[in-house]
Amino acid sequence: MKYFAKLASVLLAALLSFGVAYSASADKLKVGFIYIGPPGDHGWTYAHDQARLMIDNMLGDHVETTYVEGVPEGPDAERAIAKLAETGHKLIFTTSFGYMEPTLKVAKRFPDVKFEHATGYKQADNVATYSARFYEGRYVQGQIAAKISKSGVIGYIASFPIPEVVRGINAFMLGAQSINPDMKVKVVWVYSWFDPPKEADAAKVLMDQGADIITQHTDSTAALQAAADRGIHAFGQASDMIQFAPDTQLTAVLDDWGPYYVKRTVDVLMGTWSPGDTWNGMGPGMVGMAPFTNMPSAVAMMARKTAESIRTGAFHPFTGPIYNQAGELVVAAGEVAADFPMLATMNFYVQGVDDKLPE
Amino acid sequence: MNELLIASMMTMMTAATPLVFAATGELVCEKSGVLNLGVEGMMLIGAVFGFAAVTLTGQPLAGLLAGSLCGLVAALIFALLTLTLLSNQVATGLALTIFGTGLSALVGLDYVGETIEQIRSIHIPVLSDLPVIGRLLFGHDPLVYLAIIILALSGWFLKPTRWGMILRAVGDSEVSAHAIGYPVIAIRYAAVAFGGAMAGLGGAYLSLVYTPLWAENMTAGRGWIALALVVFASWRPSRVLLGAILFGGITILQLNAQAAGLGIPGAFMSMLPYIATIVVLVLISRDAIRIRLNAPACLGKPFRAER
Repeated sequence: MKYFAKLASVLLAALLSFGVAYSASADKLKVGFIYIGPPGDHGWTYAHDQARLMIDNMLGDHVETTYVEGVPEGPDAERAIAKLAETGHKLIFTTSFGYMEPTLKVAKRFPDVKFEHATGYKQADNVATYSARFYEGRYVQGQIAAKISKSGVIGYIASFPIPEVVRGINAFMLGAQSINPDMKVKVVWVYSWFDPPKEADAAKVLMDQGADIITQHTDSTAALQAAADRGIHAFGQASDMIQFAPDTQLTAVLDDWGPYYVKRTVDVLMGTWSPGDTWNGMGPGMVGMAPFTNMPSAVAMMARKTAESIRTGAFHPFTGPIYNQAGELVVAAGEVAADFPMLATMNFYVQGVDDKLPE
Repeated sequence: MNELLIASMMTMMTAATPLVFAATGELVCEKSGVLNLGVEGMMLIGAVFGFAAVTLTGQPLAGLLAGSLCGLVAALIFALLTLTLLSNQVATGLALTIFGTGLSALVGLDYVGETIEQIRSIHIPVLSDLPVIGRLLFGHDPLVYLAIIILALSGWFLKPTRWGMILRAVGDSEVSAHAIGYPVIAIRYAAVAFGGAMAGLGGAYLSLVYTPLWAENMTAGRGWIALALVVFASWRPSRVLLGAILFGGITILQLNAQAAGLGIPGAFMSMLPYIATIVVLVLISRDAIRIRLNAPACLGKPFRAER
């Protein structure tokens, strides 16, 4: 994070030194963002918006940012993205998995606009993809959950059955199993990224069924608050949600898109932007962990240690032996799951997940 | 297992409560002969203004009052349009829902991501600690009881009381009621207002108790379920509670089935309340007498007083 900030400021200084003429033209680069939820969700979209504000702060003299919030994944998305492209935005971040096809479609119509699609896997000449290795944080969460849980059952609120979410569930399960092989993970799919009452319902149901720790792959704080209401522990999502449940949140996987967004914006300003895929984890700082709270210090110590070994690359959460639900060996002992195709297209559960993966 | 059953029933009760509020209001409204399809919109208005009031004052009671009051005002707009200006009730009701969705989103812009102190479940010393029934009967939040009390009072009001009978008469034969000298329009205004207040309260329950958050469109179709529920209950208050627990329960059961790993598609179970409503509609439509007994005969018809 700091490293990137430094890098960005160096680049910025370089820009400024020869950029006087540039700024004199008064034509600021317009950067657009498409959000799936409201910036105030204190989760996924909030994290993206924080990154947008970082661009404003660091490159405000050269860049102007715009965002469109609450854009549903589907035909509306295409319209919203095209609108940004038509209104002179030269760099557009589309920040949800379901924007993949709309982004590609619009990109074809606007070849001189650069597109950045989050969590997707299809690139084009002017479409880059980027994602974060959230599963690294989920593994740490799984370990913490296994240490804290008394019932041995964890409730997992999932959004859509896509590789990113399945990967998270599996990493969580593997982390939990590394502490206690008998841990159970129950999964409820709510088929939405942001639907607070439904997320709360799912949390309540999971607690009814004996889960004493709740974790989620949806964006609101509702599940955390439902857990707080029953006095059990839970994990925040995408940003530090501790203010919503001070006695409940154990930690949260943090998304830090800022350095990446700033770098890509600078790339466009300098004309060095190129498509490709970026998939960063704790090492480069795209994934972080909120402070380990509401747990014994020994557990916090263990969590810090695991996170540190993932960050340095000494340990990979998907290290074999890993079995699928049918009991078949999918990653051999001592080996590490490959990014492609295994991790990028993950569509199976590891052994021990108490659910059937929806088709 | 027993623990799971009790816990699930508790959760179902909270899922049923907003439906009980909204359906009770709509039932009284329809009994007076007015079909207000704006329940979803009024619920959203109640949810956002209730939430705003609590954010501003810190008082849960203020939130509940504001929620029901704003639902009532929205209903009065509907009443003005349909009863005084004689616009089409179906179209106006739909417009009210769309209006409510938009207005609540606009008002709610500043409140997204805010949180408030949730209204907690009550705990009566001795009674709440009784095994099994203790929690089932005495362990809910206060509004669960309020919903049941209002439903019971409405049921009582409609049956033997003088004004309840007048209200039903207005819904069954506006011309006769008018001829006898009852103020048809005034009574309908009152019924519509009550419906709005209850829908607003149901909405406020969602944003104050269910999840202490405001999110755009957070009622997620509960207003429509409440409308279906009134038909499902064939306009009888006693059946509203049963239907609400059933309808609310299906959402919870759906998630329960998933958590238990049963592999039933969630979308299928979410569809069930509506199928049940259609089945009930078909069943009661076969029996002409039963319809005449319960369904308000003048439902949805505009009334112009001729002298």
